[in-house]
Amino acid sequence: MAAVIEVDGLSKSWAGKPVLRIARLRLDAGSSYVLSGDNGAGKSTLLRVLAGMEPARIERFCFEGQVLRQQRLPARVRLQTGFVHQHPYMLSGSVRANVEYGLSIRGMPRADRARLAQQALEWAGMADLANATAQRLSGGERQRVALARVRAFSPHVYLLDEPTANLDVDGRRRVIELIAQLADENRVVVLACHDQEMISLPGVVRLHLANGRLEGDAVPA
Amino acid sequence: MELLDTTHEAFRLLVSADPVLWGIVWVSVKVSLLALVLVGPLALAAGFVLAHVAFPGRRLLVILVQALQSFPTVVVGLLLYMLLSRQGPLGSLQLLFTQTALVLGQMAIAFPVLAAYTLSAVQGADPRAHETARSLGAGRMRAALTLLWEVRFGAMAGVFMGFGRVISEIGCALMVGGNIAGLTRTIPTAIALETGKGEFAQGVALGIVLIVLALGVNIALAALQGEGGMKRSWQP
Repeated sequence: MAAVIEVDGLSKSWAGKPVLRIARLRLDAGSSYVLSGDNGAGKSTLLRVLAGMEPARIERFCFEGQVLRQQRLPARVRLQTGFVHQHPYMLSGSVRANVEYGLSIRGMPRADRARLAQQALEWAGMADLANATAQRLSGGERQRVALARVRAFSPHVYLLDEPTANLDVDGRRRVIELIAQLADENRVVVLACHDQEMISLPGVVRLHLANGRLEGDAVPA
Repeated sequence: MELLDTTHEAFRLLVSADPVLWGIVWVSVKVSLLALVLVGPLALAAGFVLAHVAFPGRRLLVILVQALQSFPTVVVGLLLYMLLSRQGPLGSLQLLFTQTALVLGQMAIAFPVLAAYTLSAVQGADPRAHETARSLGAGRMRAALTLLWEVRFGAMAGVFMGFGRVISEIGCALMVGGNIAGLTRTIPTAIALETGKGEFAQGVALGIVLIVLALGVNIALAALQGEGGMKRSWQP
């Protein structure tokens, strides 16, 4: 399997206190990774660093075969990465406008935007609410819109922070189904969670963060 | 003159489309709107940068912008007068006692108001708003514009407050405009100076216009924020 992201020597400190000390991490296309760890173990921070939203010291960062030697990830990497916040923020406007936002940033013509947004909304089961005011949705609906919003521009890497936290059984089942589809499409999916049900999902690669260090199958010895 | 007669005459001027009276109103409204349009983008950008970008001296600038909101307009006028007067550094432009000078003065007065409102609107924004724009691929500029759009009701309040301040200010308009009839005579300078010459009715009529404008601005702001600015409880 092709490595999409390879990271060597990633470290991150908050106010002098080290929170992440990761020697190696390799994320392959078509694989789902479940990142577990206690509260404050650094799960969100790791996802945010990989999404380019948080600076960190990285000795070597290789994205789809290209080595990047920068503190901040270049636009190309950010445009291929979809990050979903634990409590997604809905931009003002309709659900559809939210889903089209990432497409308009990528300079997509209006007709394509509408088509891809519609597909993503149907995929997430949110097409009925396309014209609703996004900021009035419930937590579970927001979670699905946030997934559709990222899915619309088909990034190669999905970084999902606690995508099933605060969801009811039905909402959780739906989100898990959606996530399984993403891996089938040869994408990289990384989920941060401490949801036992997700951690024990079949076919996922388990990663565990403790004291800022990674343990698990995706960490080459 | 009797108070009743004056009021009666004032309303006659208002409804009879008196060219002098409405000429003064037009100069005031035109100059104030032009000043806001010209200074708006600059003040929005300044407010955003002050709220969002860490740089040395930021705190000092924030305090300065907030303090300048209540800076006496007559002192703004004095400084501008010194810049624009014949011996001043910009004297060669011959802008003193022109509408351009009025616009410049009002821009200087409106800038801190707009910037301070934008600053507090951006500071009060949900931190996830900017992050969301960035994580969906927005560059710095696009993310900044998205965030400003998210806080547009707060920033608009600054525009309305700025309009209220510049349309009613007299100190600067008097200093750099000179109250020239038909050119730089604004509503406040006309009220202050023409009343002294016995033009009570015109003063009262202009006073009514100014109050209506001020009320109108506040009503418009309330209408705008009524539903749009509604704070809803945050649901995780």
